[in-house]
Amino acid sequence: MTTHQKIDDDVIHGEWHVRYNYSVGAIAGTFFTGLREGKILASLCSKSGLAYLPPRAYCERSFEPCDDWVQAGLEGELEAATIVTAAFENLPTPPYAIAYVRLDGVSTAMVNFVRGLDLRDVPAAAAKLAPGTRIKVVFKDQREGRITDFHYELA
Amino acid sequence: MPKQHVAVVGVGQMPFRTHHADKNYVELAQTAAQAALSHAGLTPDDVDAVVFSMAPTQFMGVNDCDKWASEYVWATGKPFMRVSTGGATGGSAFQAGYQHIASGMFKCVLVVGADRVAETPDAQHVLNLIWDRFYEHDFALNTVTMTALAAQRYMHRYNVTEEQFARVVVRARRNAAGNPYAHLTKQVTVDDVMNSPRVSYPYKRFDICPRSSGAAAVVLCDEATAKRAKCGRPAWVRGATGISHSVFMGDRMTYWSDTEFADHDGFNLCAKECYRQAGIIDPLHDIQVAEIYDPFSTFLFPQLESLGFCARGAAAAIHDEGGFDLEGGILAVNPSGGTLCTNPIGVTGLVRAADAALQIMGEAGTNQIKGVHNAVATAIGGSTQFFTCTVLSDDHS
Repeated sequence: MTTHQKIDDDVIHGEWHVRYNYSVGAIAGTFFTGLREGKILASLCSKSGLAYLPPRAYCERSFEPCDDWVQAGLEGELEAATIVTAAFENLPTPPYAIAYVRLDGVSTAMVNFVRGLDLRDVPAAAAKLAPGTRIKVVFKDQREGRITDFHYELA
Repeated sequence: MPKQHVAVVGVGQMPFRTHHADKNYVELAQTAAQAALSHAGLTPDDVDAVVFSMAPTQFMGVNDCDKWASEYVWATGKPFMRVSTGGATGGSAFQAGYQHIASGMFKCVLVVGADRVAETPDAQHVLNLIWDRFYEHDFALNTVTMTALAAQRYMHRYNVTEEQFARVVVRARRNAAGNPYAHLTKQVTVDDVMNSPRVSYPYKRFDICPRSSGAAAVVLCDEATAKRAKCGRPAWVRGATGISHSVFMGDRMTYWSDTEFADHDGFNLCAKECYRQAGIIDPLHDIQVAEIYDPFSTFLFPQLESLGFCARGAAAAIHDEGGFDLEGGILAVNPSGGTLCTNPIGVTGLVRAADAALQIMGEAGTNQIKGVHNAVATAIGGSTQFFTCTVLSDDHS
């Protein structure tokens, strides 16, 4: 056990391929139906007054069921952003910008890509994405009832 | 309240690096377990239960490889559990071990784990898979981008610059050079950090931890076992707390939020309770060493603030002046070089506790701080979501 022989076969290659069908449920289902119609629906708790995006079945403040839906504004305020310039395996080709935006009338912020910005000069682009910046929602023409049916742009 | 006092009497680590070609995953864990027991002067027969510290299994490519590991860490015939809270896993596992003994039901618990983050080139893809498939998964969130979002928000709240984060890297590498287990020990300058390739604003490559492989273990025991262990100066666990948030980071960054994403302020609540347990009144006066979970250069300032070492937004300026240096500072921060220099994700929180324990024991080598009575160790996991805070002390009364 004192010396290790040189090991020729020092790794064995392997891959995982696993397929899923993710169950959507009634809450996300309502949200996705709204997206098809060009609406962003937030779940509302009448007890706490909080409107959630992404929508929730229960309010995390009151522990009561969210009992209504409200239509979020299609503009809002940026809360946090980053500009990605490095490639990660299985993730989008850079550059791209990601932001959390609180849409008008909603209590929480929701993540999406910010498109339509020149990202070649990263600090200059970052300066345009300061928290508090007004942002608008832009829907795709052909919607599939998926979160990727819209993205953000500077308002 | 604990039913009995709990001490760290042995720690084991191995030098962390990108690959360990001479051992497989479970043999890494076994090496750390053996080292910790040997350090404590105890044997596997002394151990009543084993807590296994293991984050995403996909890094190893063996499904739930705690099952593979149990025999290798001498859990056969004993209670065995895996703990997983993402990056906080090691902190949570340490606390689970502590709670086993504090409950009065166990005398000696081995907390052990290993990780091999570089075994797959798809690590950030694996980390992207922690988000739900409906709302957030599609937007390229991973540990780098999610924390870059928090850092950008923090910079705007407190007018902190990229250069100030770069100085954290310079200081971390300087400390890591004195730690024989650290992964990145090459010295860098602020210019080196600023000129390294941009990854995700505000991060450049050198603002980001390495993908480390290696293992760590800690032996926790009651007072009677501590007396017969080889440890002359046990590190007593005086406070151990954790807090969880929603996975949705967007819940923590608006006017209506009750916690603030940019401030890592899970620690605000978590540390207050931990200090209460430990009898710490003024953290800056009572605590001499902080082992802070900082896989990115931006993690240090908000945590030091939320842990009560300085006012909100003040940490960067104090850091600029050398206030968190090992010599001449107001607090010795990450004598080990921290997570920025070494990040074996599934055991990183355990390494923070182990390094804090070595400082209490007086066995931290080149970077031993003089007169350490209390040390704090933190960990964060999930979507900046799970927080653990642990205070170790040279005294249990």
